[in-house]
Amino acid sequence: MSGDSILTVEGVEAGYVKDLPILRGINLAVRRNALTAIIGPNGAGKSTLIKAIAGLVPVSAGTVTLDGTQITGIRADRMADLGMAYVPQTDNIFKTLTIRQNLALVLRLSRRREARLEELFALFPPLKDKQADPAASLSGGQRQMLAVAMALAREPSLILMDEPSAGLAPKAAAEVLDLAHRLTREGVSILLVEQNVKQALRVSDHCYILAEGRNQVDGPAADILADPIVGEIYLGRRRMNDA
Amino acid sequence: MIGVISYLAFFGTVAAILAIAVLGLNLQWGNTGLFNGGVAAFFGAGAYGAMMLGGPADPQQLGGFALPYPIAFAGGIGLAALVAWAVGLLTLRLRHDYLAIATFGVAVALEAVARNAEWLTGGAKGMRGFPRPFEGLFADQFTYNLAFLGFVVIILIAVYAGLERLVRSPYGRVLRAIREDEVAARALGKNATRLRLEAFVLGSAIIGVAGVLYVSFYAFISPQDMAPILTFQIWAMLIVGGAGNNRGAVLGAFLIWGAWTSSGFLLSKFAPTAVQIYTGPIQYIMIGSVIVGMLLWRPQGLLPERIERTKTGNEAPGENASQG
Amino acid sequence: MIQNLMDGILTGSIISLGAIGLTMVMHMLRFANFAYAELLAIGAYAALVFDRLFAALVPLTDQTFGGLSLTWSLTLATLAAMAVTGASAVLIDWAIFKRIREKADALSMVFASFGVALIIRNVITLIFGLKAELYSNDIAFAMVLSRDPLLLIKPDQIFVLAAALVLMAIFHLVLSRTTFGFALRAVAENPALAQVAGVPLARMVIVVWLIGGAFSAAAGVFYALTNHLSPLIGHNFLLPVFAATIVGGIGSVYGALLGGFIVGTASGLALQIMPSGYIPAMPFLIILAVLLVRPHGLFGEPQT
Repeated sequence: MSGDSILTVEGVEAGYVKDLPILRGINLAVRRNALTAIIGPNGAGKSTLIKAIAGLVPVSAGTVTLDGTQITGIRADRMADLGMAYVPQTDNIFKTLTIRQNLALVLRLSRRREARLEELFALFPPLKDKQADPAASLSGGQRQMLAVAMALAREPSLILMDEPSAGLAPKAAAEVLDLAHRLTREGVSILLVEQNVKQALRVSDHCYILAEGRNQVDGPAADILADPIVGEIYLGRRRMNDA
Repeated sequence: MIGVISYLAFFGTVAAILAIAVLGLNLQWGNTGLFNGGVAAFFGAGAYGAMMLGGPADPQQLGGFALPYPIAFAGGIGLAALVAWAVGLLTLRLRHDYLAIATFGVAVALEAVARNAEWLTGGAKGMRGFPRPFEGLFADQFTYNLAFLGFVVIILIAVYAGLERLVRSPYGRVLRAIREDEVAARALGKNATRLRLEAFVLGSAIIGVAGVLYVSFYAFISPQDMAPILTFQIWAMLIVGGAGNNRGAVLGAFLIWGAWTSSGFLLSKFAPTAVQIYTGPIQYIMIGSVIVGMLLWRPQGLLPERIERTKTGNEAPGENASQG
Repeated sequence: MIQNLMDGILTGSIISLGAIGLTMVMHMLRFANFAYAELLAIGAYAALVFDRLFAALVPLTDQTFGGLSLTWSLTLATLAAMAVTGASAVLIDWAIFKRIREKADALSMVFASFGVALIIRNVITLIFGLKAELYSNDIAFAMVLSRDPLLLIKPDQIFVLAAALVLMAIFHLVLSRTTFGFALRAVAENPALAQVAGVPLARMVIVVWLIGGAFSAAAGVFYALTNHLSPLIGHNFLLPVFAATIVGGIGSVYGALLGGFIVGTASGLALQIMPSGYIPAMPFLIILAVLLVRPHGLFGEPQT
């Protein structure tokens, strides 16, 4: 794979049950400082892929390489040490902890915890205002903001996001995806899984389509958006010359 | 010679009664994956239920209606099933270990009732004088005991045959599907809860049958007979025999009851007096070690489950869980 | 009535201490651990051994203070027992539960925990005998708080309640002020997410067993100090600590603390309306009531 990739996934097979891989030989590369999206029908294995990269689902074959380091089957709690962060789809904040405690937890071994907390609050002013409240009191969009802030806390070079817009109102969903897009322009690479194909294509630079546990199509987001077949299957758009 | 046969008949009767209870537990735990932490409670409910209906009248107590044996028999089973139904209704839709806690609690609660409600259960001294069935038909105790053994064995065979048919029927396959596959269980929704409840009540009723036979045999019941150790013994029998296998359940009952009685005999015969008073704790440690040891080294038991398993049915859960 | 209430609060503080670790372990390892209450018995008897040992080695420590039947040697022995019990909990997990959870389902764990409880309880019986023991054979006199209604309280009871509250307060400070405490709460709330947030789960399991063991040991000693030692301590506290965790909501430490007091006082007050023989069934009734009204407890999350 090319040198400008921060993460490469080669021939990965993974699944929850032994001998029953959900993913069957996945290849993909995440470009540096770009937003890469994985889309595909329900049950295609998108979430499983992102969890396999994060070390939350056992990988039975293939390799995952982060910035030149082999990280296949890492322990999930070592992710941040290697410069990677993961934002789960649901239950991605600790509801019984306050907002500040959520962030302090991620930074608990950091020597510049207080300074970094202030930096994060500067980045996300709404969180600063509610920092002493239990995270359970946040709105859906704010929860996603806190989850992203937790992922950013240890200054990762790559963030994995599992359907960040799921369950959000359209406006909040667009905001979260815009935030992801903005982060890639500030030196973070992002790999995200999205159910919402149009929104994902709008903000991403590169896109993979996954179905039945295999790669199907990949290419720059603009091309995918223009591809008539993809358009028909995934976007419900009719082919130009049909009408 | 008569002494040996007489002892073997005695041993066989008790072991066969316990084997029936193990079969009931096997339906719950082995076939449906339901944890029953209070086997002794359902056993006790069966025994006390039969005693109250069929036992002799006692001026100091309620009950003692001296009803015919079949009614007492049915009443004991009914009481065990009723308790199971109430507990199951409350817990079976919740996280699986709530059932374990609630059934354990039921055993503690019923033991407390048996110990304290003298007006109902006779308290710590128990209740005696249950009219043993068909006793008048036999000339002497020895023949009667042999006949009673035959009676118990017939019931054991009937329960065994019934359960074998059940687990091989489509109904049994659904129960196993619920045990094996959370997704299948969830897809069945309310039905899964109802099926679990049915299996739990039926299993407890069978344990109740064992309780009725126990009181029929001894003509006596006291809180001692439903002490927590009974639950552990019956578990040990099932895990040694092989959960999910009815033949294993019966084999385990005879093996563990044999080990229990012979260890008790050896300790009382050969151990120094100072050790003898600790016969109970030593045997309890033995039962605990059997349970833990089997789980560590041979969780499938001596006779593993022989049911064919579908392999493809497992594809869905992983992905569904990941979609969370 | 007030006497029963006071006794209930005291028992409640002991149940609370016992339930702290159980609620965390139950949520993290996802199984109802029926061997957990045996940690109270291990703690109480470990303290007995250390107490005798310290008193024999340095007789000077065998002196009571402040009208309590507590001696310096028993104080030290309690601390030693907390360490030993925590270590035992880790050891039992490593030797048995860890091996089983690596290859079997949660129900096998529940099953195994019953076996472990049976072994621990009866090994204690073999070593220490069936008869009840006391840390001190001196009679602790009760103080009369009031004659009408008659209210009695022993200095030991006041000490136990105060010590339990101090332990809870220290634990509260750790949970609410330190990042280590945040990590503990995070693991209790959502183990998978805690791992994603950089908390090493395997190490936290050990830490939780240590903490749970230590608190249980304290609970066991406190019970033995105000009542007596018996191999049945574990058996007798099993349902109350389960009830406390279910009332509070599995996984909620504060819920378990509150749940302990609720179960203790309810059982105390129940003496007003039922004979003492039925009291062991009281936690069961509380469990049923909670399952009926609010299955996930006061502070728990609904879960499948």
